[in-house]
Amino acid sequence: MSTVSNIIEVRQLKKKYNGNTAVDGISLTIAKGSCFGLLGPNGAGKTTIVEMMENIIAQDSGDIFYKGGERDKAFNQEVGIQFQHTELLAFLTVEETLRTFAAFYHNHLPVEDIIALCMLENIKKSLNNKISGGQRQRLLLGLALLNDPELIFLDEPSTGLDPQARKHIWEIIHDMNKKGRTIILTTHYMEEAESLCDTIAIMDKGRIIEQGSPENLVDKHCKDMDSPRNLESVFLKLTGKRLRE
Amino acid sequence: MSFKRMWALFVARNFEFIRDRAGFGWNILFPFLIVAGFGVIFSSDSRSEFKLGVFPVKQDSMTVNELKIPEKLKTYDHIKIVPFETHDEAMDKLLHHKIDILLENKGPKLRYWINNSSPKGYVLEKVVKESIIPEEMFASRVIKQQIKGAQVRYIDWLFPGILGMNIMFSSLFGVGYVIVRYRRSGVLKRLKATPVTAFEYLTAQLVSRVLILLATSSLVWFGCDLFFSFQMQGSYFDAFVIFLAGSICLVSLGLIIACRGTNEELTNGAINFICWPMMFLSEVWFSIEGASAWVKSIANALPLTHFLSAVRKIINDGATLSEVSSEITILLVMSLAFLCIGSLLFSWTK
Repeated sequence: MSTVSNIIEVRQLKKKYNGNTAVDGISLTIAKGSCFGLLGPNGAGKTTIVEMMENIIAQDSGDIFYKGGERDKAFNQEVGIQFQHTELLAFLTVEETLRTFAAFYHNHLPVEDIIALCMLENIKKSLNNKISGGQRQRLLLGLALLNDPELIFLDEPSTGLDPQARKHIWEIIHDMNKKGRTIILTTHYMEEAESLCDTIAIMDKGRIIEQGSPENLVDKHCKDMDSPRNLESVFLKLTGKRLRE
Repeated sequence: MSFKRMWALFVARNFEFIRDRAGFGWNILFPFLIVAGFGVIFSSDSRSEFKLGVFPVKQDSMTVNELKIPEKLKTYDHIKIVPFETHDEAMDKLLHHKIDILLENKGPKLRYWINNSSPKGYVLEKVVKESIIPEEMFASRVIKQQIKGAQVRYIDWLFPGILGMNIMFSSLFGVGYVIVRYRRSGVLKRLKATPVTAFEYLTAQLVSRVLILLATSSLVWFGCDLFFSFQMQGSYFDAFVIFLAGSICLVSLGLIIACRGTNEELTNGAINFICWPMMFLSEVWFSIEGASAWVKSIANALPLTHFLSAVRKIINDGATLSEVSSEITILLVMSLAFLCIGSLLFSWTK
């Protein structure tokens, strides 16, 4: 049985799609209150493992524990999820979307607070099919935070955003983490992972090939390198420079 | 189960329907197009069941009375006389079933042509032959009897079928197709990440669509009634109950189509695969009385058959709910079965 100080524990998780291994026996633990980053090239299996932890897709084998036990009905009340690609009901306004989703939960933050937090004030009366990609990302983040979740899954939350919007999202994530919320984040932005995460796992071909704090990973892998001492150098060293897709 | 979540989903779906101007406009326009279609179909000139071609006739210069064909033919209801200038032109129409029989406009001996593969041509040939026999010949041999009670006009028989067909299409496309689109675009996946259950989601979709169907069907009914003054023999409440049961059943069938898959084209094909047999076998347009037993067996397995049977009994014959209790029972059992299957097989994701 998992220890309760870990909010999520994964053991020997496996998943295949049409005979191709997407996740190959991954085990990991995520401590309560941490910000855990999953990095990896396209097709490494990041989204698959995150969606298995989210209970969106089922694993072929292995176990996932939430707060030391099986994920029950409370799980969906207590987690917030932002997917990589999601469309919303096209003909609802931003505010109506938030109010609709708020009705799904026993407890939720005031919709007005989420609108203010995610800077949606100017577009709250706009239909979802009329807002920009960046605005949509902010709305999706708002939906993920609506139920004041203990555990927040963010799958590439800042992809496609301009630098200002990205910084704003980072601030929100950082604030949530400071309030004791656990965050599981996938990203392709090394700067984002370095800035936000206290633990990082680098995945390739369905396996975790390295794990540790950003500082430790840099210290461990950039000792004798000519390239800059940062997470990107570590990532390229471990996963190679060959184009994947 | 949470009514609060179901209500939120129900309201959201209704907003989606009302604010989608193209879809909403079509759903409002379509009933009126049906009304207009009825107007054209049942206007006096276009109700002819048989088309009788005549040649040679100089266009715009000759009236029907001047044609050298049996006088009785000119007086028959349900036969439309179509003039042609040349034999070739007329023969082309006959070959392509655009007319049912062709007569030469030249006395005294009647020459005619029929397309041997045309059932209507076969019948019309008998009518043409009959037309040269004086009416007095029948007087001592046949006795026409009067039907007792109110006669059901064809339009009164057809109208419930049209309404049922409209409900069938709207149920299957409005639920089946839409949910598959939501699955493909990830809307359902986002909902799965919340406490919403499949039962709550599907119930909200069902209630929303049934409400929309009843509203649009009422619109069609009253729109058509203004033009055609339908003979309603039963009670409006009883008819409402049957429309409610039929709509629930057909929407539930739509939920089975929607339970899996993300391919909209495949869904489109599957819906058509279900709709077309129901259109022909459930007596939307014509009766299958006299069809072989296996055809009737298939028809009895289709929900629209029982829906239309009950609606016609109430509208045309003045039946009460207790007299259509078998149809109601079948519709409710089918609804329950469809809902169970749809819920069990339902998948939020691809």
